[in-house]
Amino acid sequence: MKDINLIRQPIGLRFSSYFFLIFWCIVAAFPIFWITVISVKLPIDAFNSNPLNVIFGPVTLTQGKGLSFIDITVGLAIILFTAKLTTGWLGRRVNKYSPNGYLWFGWIIGSMAFGISFIVVFFAIMPSMLSVLNDYAGELGNNIIGFSTQHYSTVWFERDFINNFKNSLLVTTGVVTISLTFGTLAGYGLSRSGSNLAFWILIIALIFRALPHSVLVTGYLPFFINSAEILRPIFGDAAPTLYGMPWATIAVLVAINQPFTIWMLRSFFQSIPSELDEAARVDGCSHFQAFRRVIMPVMWPGVITTGLFSFLLAYNDFLVTSMLLEAQNTTMVPAIVSMFNMETTTTDQVVAVAAAVSIIAPLFFLVMFFQRQIVTGLTAGAVKG
Amino acid sequence: MNPKTFAAFVGPSIVMMVLFIALPLASVLKQSFYVTQPVYEILEVETCTPTFTGQLCVKEIKTIPTIGDNGKVITQTSFVGFVNYQNVLELPRVINAFANNSWQQFMAIDFWRALRFTLSFTFITLPLVLFFGLVIALCINNVAKSIRGPVIFISLLPMIITPVIGALAIRWLFIGDGILTSFLEWWLVRDIAMFGQAWTIELMMMFYRVWHVAPFAAIVFYAALQTVNQDTLESAVIDGASRWQKLRYVILPHLMPLIVFVTLIHLMDAYRVFEEVIGFSSQAHVISLQWLTYDFLTSDLMGNRSIGRASASSMLTMIGIMLLLIPVLRGVWIDYKDKRL
Repeated sequence: MKDINLIRQPIGLRFSSYFFLIFWCIVAAFPIFWITVISVKLPIDAFNSNPLNVIFGPVTLTQGKGLSFIDITVGLAIILFTAKLTTGWLGRRVNKYSPNGYLWFGWIIGSMAFGISFIVVFFAIMPSMLSVLNDYAGELGNNIIGFSTQHYSTVWFERDFINNFKNSLLVTTGVVTISLTFGTLAGYGLSRSGSNLAFWILIIALIFRALPHSVLVTGYLPFFINSAEILRPIFGDAAPTLYGMPWATIAVLVAINQPFTIWMLRSFFQSIPSELDEAARVDGCSHFQAFRRVIMPVMWPGVITTGLFSFLLAYNDFLVTSMLLEAQNTTMVPAIVSMFNMETTTTDQVVAVAAAVSIIAPLFFLVMFFQRQIVTGLTAGAVKG
Repeated sequence: MNPKTFAAFVGPSIVMMVLFIALPLASVLKQSFYVTQPVYEILEVETCTPTFTGQLCVKEIKTIPTIGDNGKVITQTSFVGFVNYQNVLELPRVINAFANNSWQQFMAIDFWRALRFTLSFTFITLPLVLFFGLVIALCINNVAKSIRGPVIFISLLPMIITPVIGALAIRWLFIGDGILTSFLEWWLVRDIAMFGQAWTIELMMMFYRVWHVAPFAAIVFYAALQTVNQDTLESAVIDGASRWQKLRYVILPHLMPLIVFVTLIHLMDAYRVFEEVIGFSSQAHVISLQWLTYDFLTSDLMGNRSIGRASASSMLTMIGIMLLLIPVLRGVWIDYKDKRL
């Protein structure tokens, strides 16, 4: 690999590249870092005008809530170690132990087990061990940074956020499974057909991708609210009111996501040479068998990547879920919006911040696990499509 | 692949899209010409209040909504033509505002206010996203391989974060005496209220959007930078091209299809600006087209939703995005025809 670009790089240019990247990383991470810091402080510290007070939290500290030097070192070490494991070790384990052709399944099981064990170690085993350790460590065991998890327990247990979490889980699982099932079939069909019809379907899907979601919601809402009366002639008295039903929302989100899913999966399928299915066909497979036995086993990276983006769409959605679900059984994002709209005291504000951090924490781990898949996903749609 | 297998593979997805995208669109079009209103009846009500001298009775004629057998208000739907559109566009007020030569009056009308913000938001963020995306990509390409991974990891964070929460995170930096507001106040030695006027809020919204989308552009461009033809670059150097000329004549043309791609995606997404309005609670100062429809759809205190008006504003929003996309889609079409020939 000769990289003349790199060799002839003047010092000044390299230096400014590093400088700019450091600046960018600070800009990119700072808002997220800051709300995380605020969420573990008591309100007086959290909204202090002196940034150092916000970071170290003297008032939080005087109440006996804090982290010692040992806590911080051990915590950071565990996080770094986990990051190291996810990038290399986990992949190798999964590759080794997955049954042939079910690699994607191995990944799902592997990452779930890994995630759960991380949560157990980090939130259950580590704190209790550290509290013992801090007692023996003397000077190093004293708290130096204010840290309080009380707002998190308020959010999750008193405000019933756990209920919203379950709804989010239900909606995202539904959206990911259904849109992948429909999407892989369509993506494969479109990638293996050079007809004009296929081209037009893709263009129409692209136009659908451009539709603002509020337009579609306007179409659903009157029907969903009155569906019991409209559907009565067909279903009789069992006709459901679709408004407020999680599965109706799942269907809507799947449909909204479908154009994007098709495009992305099609470009992944196109990167698989069609000689592969021709070979399978020569060996006597039908199109569907070739798809299932030959193509799908090599397709799993594409499926996982597309699944990730479907997950993000469903998880991050505010407009559709807030319009089509009732306030009691809504998902996490609409719940937090109503939470911070009615916030009155500063404690309520910090509670809302803690809820926000709770929502983005899984996304943080998602990027850690699947960084490579996300990057290929972003570029696959672009480079080949 | 014969048509039958093709239909079997693509069918379910098409049915899904027809059922949940095309049909709702048709119904929005229909709804935009109808108005659903409660049926009112005119009643003469006599209310009497006892006074010292006897009863004082007042007869009043009231219009109250008719209650049906099931305890709900009876509604009726009637065809009204373009009335909903007129209610959204408010053309007489527009003409009036132009006659008075008053931009302020024009901006007092919700639809035009929303349109103005949506369009300026889209077209101001677009070049910024492309520029910062390109600069970040070039910088990542310039530094040692070992630190590229962590930099990409950090860059992905703003992109995948829930939009509402991303907007909230930026808002919490500025709200009240938030850290950045105090910093600005200390620096400029003056009082600053970031949420007091429209333009500062718009500035924060645009900052948020660039922060949120630039990583996407950067990663797409960075991936394409890996496939720049090294031979072309080498011969450019031999021919004495400067660094700037290499960028201008070799690298940018190579990135061109991706610049078009990012532009297309960004036009679609920025035109839908909505989460920012929610996250910054800016509805008093700044609203967007999607938010306008959302607001029409939200039920008011009486439990009524102005579906007709929401449909009209939806249709107008949709016409807007079509107009924006036509130039780009035409390019795709010409490209496709060239490939076939």
